[in-house]
Amino acid sequence: MSLISADNLAVHFGGSAVLSGVSLAVEPGEIVTILGPNGSGKSTLLRALLGIVPLSAGRVTRAAGLRLGYVPQKLAVDRSMPMTVRRFLSLPKRVGDVAATQALARVDLPEVEGRQMSELSGGQFQRVLLARALLSDPQLLILDEPTQGLDQPGEAAFYRLIEELRRETGAAVLMVSHDLHVVMAASDRVICLNGHICCEGTPRVVSNAPEYRALFGLGTKGALALYQHQHDHSHEGHDHAHHEHAHD
Amino acid sequence: MIDDFLIRAGLAGLGLALATGPLGSFVVWRRMAYFGDATSHAAILGVAMALALHLPIAAGTLIVALTMALTVSTLAAKGWAMDTTLGVLAHSALAFGLVAISYVPGVRADLSGYLFGDILAVTSRDLGSVWGGSALVLGLLIWRWQPLLTATLSEDLAHASGLNPDRERLVLTLALALVVAVALKIVGALLIAAMLIIPAAAARGLARTPETMAALASGIGALACVAGLTLSLFQDTPAGPSIVSAAALIFALVAIFGKMRRS
Repeated sequence: MSLISADNLAVHFGGSAVLSGVSLAVEPGEIVTILGPNGSGKSTLLRALLGIVPLSAGRVTRAAGLRLGYVPQKLAVDRSMPMTVRRFLSLPKRVGDVAATQALARVDLPEVEGRQMSELSGGQFQRVLLARALLSDPQLLILDEPTQGLDQPGEAAFYRLIEELRRETGAAVLMVSHDLHVVMAASDRVICLNGHICCEGTPRVVSNAPEYRALFGLGTKGALALYQHQHDHSHEGHDHAHHEHAHD
Repeated sequence: MIDDFLIRAGLAGLGLALATGPLGSFVVWRRMAYFGDATSHAAILGVAMALALHLPIAAGTLIVALTMALTVSTLAAKGWAMDTTLGVLAHSALAFGLVAISYVPGVRADLSGYLFGDILAVTSRDLGSVWGGSALVLGLLIWRWQPLLTATLSEDLAHASGLNPDRERLVLTLALALVVAVALKIVGALLIAAMLIIPAAAARGLARTPETMAALASGIGALACVAGLTLSLFQDTPAGPSIVSAAALIFALVAIFGKMRRS
């Protein structure tokens, strides 16, 4: 039984189609990445799955009683609202101090409970959002471009954390990215989106698919060479990470 | 020697501050300042209506304030340019109200009471409606506190948690209309929004969580009411402006204190 599935989903904004004919399903424990250029409807797809934007056709089915953790793309805590990290973790459901401390420790952010949300760095902020999502003990984590604004090491570390969390909790992950080689190591399946699903498969299959190359303008030899180089590099990093965990 | 009318005035101010602290915090967090203006200025139209139809003033202001608040939040949801829309609605509601009230015989003399408040003339019955209305608003906000905070932070986050941000917005709209009806007698239509915003803005500098900010805003509002009332009594200044001036002074003191502490 899929955790969440979309059947022939379509979304229109002001008469123009943003998404059409999108069908997908997320199975327990898998990491699925939705990839697409700006304006391809990636975020809209997540928001449609979450019930934030209304569907103009098709339907979304959730497993009964699905526990879902959501990490939004951007959350601006207005400076007019005082909000400590600890208080934020208790929204909308109040959680105990022990659970809050554990969740923060799990995302490698010890001792930030008393800090103001508006004082956190971009990377810390994303980790707090992730900790909050983890507190509902989710079966499915939905992340909308969670590494936006992070530098490359920060990005890599964040995706490594996602993969670890999946391994520990068994939670499935559905996330959005615009950059294949960064998420490659952490994804079981990649879906290429540009208003509709262009291609999907394992990261390696997708990276070689002509639809993917057309979408990201990787058709020329030079760009491909560059891409392959980056890809190999990130793959090494991945192996290395695995090696480290073998010692745990 | 403390007179009854002074005690009533003080109690009315405290009752109002109970509701304006938390609600004003939401007005600040959600940047609804102008929204508050439009709703409270519409209260004058409500006064005119109540006088013409021989309804209780509180009922008239509640109906018109609620209509205005619902109109504004519907237009906002439809994506109207809010700055202009609110500017048009707030000022025309006030203007129409003032024109309408001039047709009601014998009210011109009392007009300043509706515009600037008349806290020293609060009756026992007024006191009952102030405390009743405030308790209702406070109860509503406490009941919806967690969903309201979540929806204020991020509507998407609220949606994903199974909440309905539209419903939470409606709760605030209702609360605002109630507070306008309650506060008219105390600070007057022109300065209700100030009573919501200034204490909350002052509390912001002292608070680290939303709850402490809301509670401190109530405390500062109460202090401003007592100080303004005292000024009004001894210097015969208009009540509403005196209270708001006191709140503004507290805001300035907090801001200066905060700056000194940081440097």
